[in-house]
Amino acid sequence: MDNKLNITINGLPVKLEKGKTILEAAEKTGIKIPTLCYHKDLCVAGNCRVCVVEVVGQKRLSAACATPCEEGMEILTNSLKVRNSRKHIIELLLAEHNADCTKCYRNGNCELQELASEYKIMTQDFIELTPLKNYTIDMFSPSIIKDDSKCIRCQRCVRTCAELQGVNALTVAYKGDRMKITTFFEKALNDVVCTNCGQCVNHCPTGALVEKNYIEEVWEAISDPNKHVVVQTAPAVRVGLGEEMGMKPGERVTGKMVAALKRLGFDSVLDTDFTADLTIVEEGTELLTRLKKAIVEKNTEIKLPMITSCSPGWIKYIEHLYPDNLGNLSTCKSPQQMFGALVKTYYAKARNLAPENIVSVSIMPCTAKKFEAHRPEMHDSGYRDVDYVLTTRELAILIKQAGLDFDKLEPARFDRLMGDSTGAGVIFGATGGVMEAALRTAYELVTGREVPFENLNIMPVRGIEGVKKASIKIENPLKEWAFLDGVELKCAVAHGLVNAKIIMEAVKTGEADFHFIEIMACPGGCLGGGGQPIPTNPEIRKKRAEAIYAEDSGLPLRKSHENPEVQKLYKDFLIEPLGEISHHLLHTNYTKRERF
Amino acid sequence: MAYSYQLKRVDFIFRNENDWEKVLSATIKKKPEELINELISSELKGRGGAGFPTGLKWKLTAESKAPEKYVICNADEGEPGTFKDREILSKVPYKVLTAMAVCGYVTGAKQGFIYLRGEYKFLEAELYKAIDEFQYYCKEIDLDFKIKIFMGSGAYICGEETALMESMEGRRGEPRNKPPFPTQAGYMGVPTVINNVETLVHTWTIFKYGAKKFYDLGVQYSRGTKLFSVSGDTPKPGIYELELGMSLQDFVYEFGDGDTKAVQVGGASGFLVPRKKFKDTAIGYEGKLVGISLPTGGSMMLFNSSRSMFNVLDNYLEFFREECCGQCTPCRVGCQQLLLGIKAVKRGEKPASYLNKLLKLTETMQLTAKCGLGQSVANSFSSIVENFREEMIY
Repeated sequence: MDNKLNITINGLPVKLEKGKTILEAAEKTGIKIPTLCYHKDLCVAGNCRVCVVEVVGQKRLSAACATPCEEGMEILTNSLKVRNSRKHIIELLLAEHNADCTKCYRNGNCELQELASEYKIMTQDFIELTPLKNYTIDMFSPSIIKDDSKCIRCQRCVRTCAELQGVNALTVAYKGDRMKITTFFEKALNDVVCTNCGQCVNHCPTGALVEKNYIEEVWEAISDPNKHVVVQTAPAVRVGLGEEMGMKPGERVTGKMVAALKRLGFDSVLDTDFTADLTIVEEGTELLTRLKKAIVEKNTEIKLPMITSCSPGWIKYIEHLYPDNLGNLSTCKSPQQMFGALVKTYYAKARNLAPENIVSVSIMPCTAKKFEAHRPEMHDSGYRDVDYVLTTRELAILIKQAGLDFDKLEPARFDRLMGDSTGAGVIFGATGGVMEAALRTAYELVTGREVPFENLNIMPVRGIEGVKKASIKIENPLKEWAFLDGVELKCAVAHGLVNAKIIMEAVKTGEADFHFIEIMACPGGCLGGGGQPIPTNPEIRKKRAEAIYAEDSGLPLRKSHENPEVQKLYKDFLIEPLGEISHHLLHTNYTKRERF
Repeated sequence: MAYSYQLKRVDFIFRNENDWEKVLSATIKKKPEELINELISSELKGRGGAGFPTGLKWKLTAESKAPEKYVICNADEGEPGTFKDREILSKVPYKVLTAMAVCGYVTGAKQGFIYLRGEYKFLEAELYKAIDEFQYYCKEIDLDFKIKIFMGSGAYICGEETALMESMEGRRGEPRNKPPFPTQAGYMGVPTVINNVETLVHTWTIFKYGAKKFYDLGVQYSRGTKLFSVSGDTPKPGIYELELGMSLQDFVYEFGDGDTKAVQVGGASGFLVPRKKFKDTAIGYEGKLVGISLPTGGSMMLFNSSRSMFNVLDNYLEFFREECCGQCTPCRVGCQQLLLGIKAVKRGEKPASYLNKLLKLTETMQLTAKCGLGQSVANSFSSIVENFREEMIY
C-alpha cells in the first residue's frame, strides 16, 4: 500500500508505484509523450526538452523523462502551454538541423522528422543555423559516417558509447553554440578508439550517424553478367529483417529472406551459419589443444582463458584496450571471414569458377563487419575474402528497391555447398550462443556423450545478464582426453563492451580462473548488433533472442560437428581441424593498437 | 527641490572583526537545531541570485541521512558585473571559513570545498594560508572539519550548483536534472549544502549578532543586507553593502550620473529596468506586498543616454551564446536565434514583427530550459526589447 501513489494525467486518475517518472506513468496510461534524447537502453539525460509537460501549480514545465511522480500531481501533457513550447522546441531543433530530408539516409525513419510531421511544422521562421557552420562529414571509416550537420545534440550516441560499450570514442566537446559530439582531438572515427560496433548508429534518432552503405556496389555486381555473386547471411539477420519489412519483433523470416535474396539476383544464397559450425569445430579443437598443452605438457606459454574472436567490434576493442591479452584470443577468424576465404578457394574449385570472378557479399547485423572485411590480413584466398558487407537494414533497402512484396514470398531454402547449418550455428546470433554451441561439441568430443542439459539447452549461458558464468564437470572422458577427467570446465559469457571490460579486468589481474570466455560487442549479442533494424531496446532484443532459440530447437541437427557439409569440407579440402589449410585460410592474427 | 531618498548603507560584511575563533567556538556550543531555527527566523535567502531560504537548505541537508555530507562554498563568481565575492574572500576569508565549519557542524558534513573561479587563481595562495590557520584552530577545539579549494576552469555555467558539482566530479560542467536536489544528492551523490560566498558571511553575522539584528534590516520577504557591485555609467563604481528593499529610484539617485537611462539588475541574466519604471521597482526577492521586485546576485549596471540598448543586448547575447553549456535545446539554440534574430531585424533582413516571434521564444526558454541559467538567459532580451523596441529596429 505504502509504495503506491495517486496522480492524474490529463484528468485521468492513475495509481502507480513510487519512483516512476511522469513519462513512465503516461506510457502506462496509454498517453504518448514525444521524446528524443530519452532511450530505454540509456540513462536519463533530459536535455532535448521535447517531453515537457505541465504540472499544475508549477511555474515552469517539467521534462517528463526526468521528473519523478509525486503524490497528488496533476499532469497535463497536451495543454496549450505544453503544445506551444513543444512546437517551439521542435522548430528550434529543425533550425539547427540540416533538414534536407530527401537527401538523407534516414529519410522515413527519423525521429525528428516524425515529430515535425506530427506537429505539422510547415514553416521555418527561425534562422537556419547549419549554413553558418562549417560542418564536414567524417566518412573515413569503412563502417560509420558521421554528419554533424544532422546532429541534434541529444547525446544518445555519447551515452551509448560510454554506458553500453565503455569505449568513450564519442564525447561532447566545446560549449554554447559550438557544442558538438566529437572524438578525441576531433580525429576521424577511423583514427580513434572507435570499435565500429555501430551501437551509436542504432541509437541515433536522426541521420547524424549512419552506416556506410554499399548498396550501389552490390547492385552493380549483381548486374554484371561476368560476376558470380555469392551471398552469406548471418544468424541474427533472419530474426531482425522482419521488423524492417513491417513485422513485429521476433518474427523468423529465414525462408522468405532466402527467397528474397534469390529474387534479387544473387547467384548463390548461402549461410554464415555453415561457417559458424565450422568455427565451432576449429575453435573447440583449439580450446582442447590449449588445455592439453597447459595441463599435460605444463606449457606455460599457453594463454588461458581462451576468448572467442567472432565479434569484430570486440576484436578492435581488445586490440586498443587490452593489447597485452591478444594471446588469449582464439586465432579463429570470424564465421564471416572463414566463409569469405572458403568461397574464393573451396567453393570456387568445387563450382569450377575463377575466384577473381566471384563477388562475395555478406549480410550482417553488424557495422564492424564492414571494417573487418577491410582488414589487410583478410586476403588469405589471394583475393579480398569478403567484398561487400551489408547490414540487415541495407538488405531491407535492396528488397524494397527491387519491389518485392516480402509478405507474399514463398519461403525458399539455402543453396548447397556451404548452405547447410545446425542449430548450433544459428544461436551464434544470441549472447551465450557461441559458448553453448562450443560446449555441445567439445563435451561430446571429449566424453562421447551429449552435454548433460535437457534438450541440449544450456540455460546458464542464455539470458540478458551482462556477465554470465557457468561450469561443466568432465567425468569419464574418452581415453585420449583422460587428462581432463574431473576437470571443471569454467566458462564466462559477456555481451556489451562495458561488460567485456569487467571480465577483462579480472583476466588481467589473474583473478579469473576461466578456461573459455565468449565476448560479444553488442548488447544481447549479434541480434542487438549495430546493423540491426532501428529501434532497438531490451524488449525487442528479448523477442529476437526468443526467435533465435526457437529456430535452434526447430532444426533437426543441433550440434556443429554433425553438420554434413562441414564433415564433407574436412574430407574433401581441409583434411583436419587446425590442419595446414585451416591454419592458412581460417586462422588469423591480431594487431596491437594505441589507445589514442 | 531635492528628492529626499533613503538608501541605507550598512557595514556588516567587511567590518573588521578579529574574533572568528570566539564566534566559532561559541556557535558550535549551541545545538544544531537551535542554529537552524536561528537561520530560519532570520529569513536569510541565498545571495547568489536564486534566493532559496538558507535555513531550510541547511535543515534539509541536516535531515538527510547519509554517512557522508559536504559543504560547498560557491565562489565561481561569473555573472557579468558581479565582483563582490572576490572582495569577501580577500578581505574577510575567516568569516567564510567559519560559516562553512558551522554549516558542517549543523549538517554533519566533515569536508568543505571552496569552488573558486578559475580567474581568481590569484586568491588561491592567500586563501590557503587562511585555511591552514583556520584548520589549526579547528584541531585545537576538536572540530573535525576540513576545507579544500577546488579551482574552476573558467566556464560560466559552472556557477550553476549542479554543473559545479559535475565539474568537481571530473565531468563536463553541465547542469543536472532536479530533483534530486543537492540537499538530497549533491556532490558525489551525497547530501550537500552549497551556498554563495556572501550567503555564508551573512550566516556569520546572524550567528554572532543574532537573527533579530539581521531580520530588522530590509523589508518583508527581503530581510537583511546585500552587497551590490555597482558598475557602468556611474561616478562611483564599487561594492556597497545596502539594505534590501530599496527602490531603484533611490539607488539611481545615489549612484547615477544624472543621465541614467536604464539599469540592468542582476547581471546579464537579469532584467533591464528603464527610467520610467525606476520608481516602481524595488530591489529584493519576489514577494506579495511589493510591486515589481527584482532579485539580484549583486550586479547593478547603470547605462546613460549615450548607450545603445541594441549593443548592450547584443553583448549579453554574445556572452550567452558562448557560455551556455549547450546541452538543452531551448537554451543552446534559443540563444543563437535571439542573437541572430536581433541582428537580422537591425539589418532589415527580418521584419520588426520578428521580434514578437522572438519574445514568444523567450517564454518557451523560460518555461522549458533545464537549469536556472537557461530559464533566465532570455530575461535581458525580453526586458530590453519590450522597453527599447525602437532601438532594436532603427
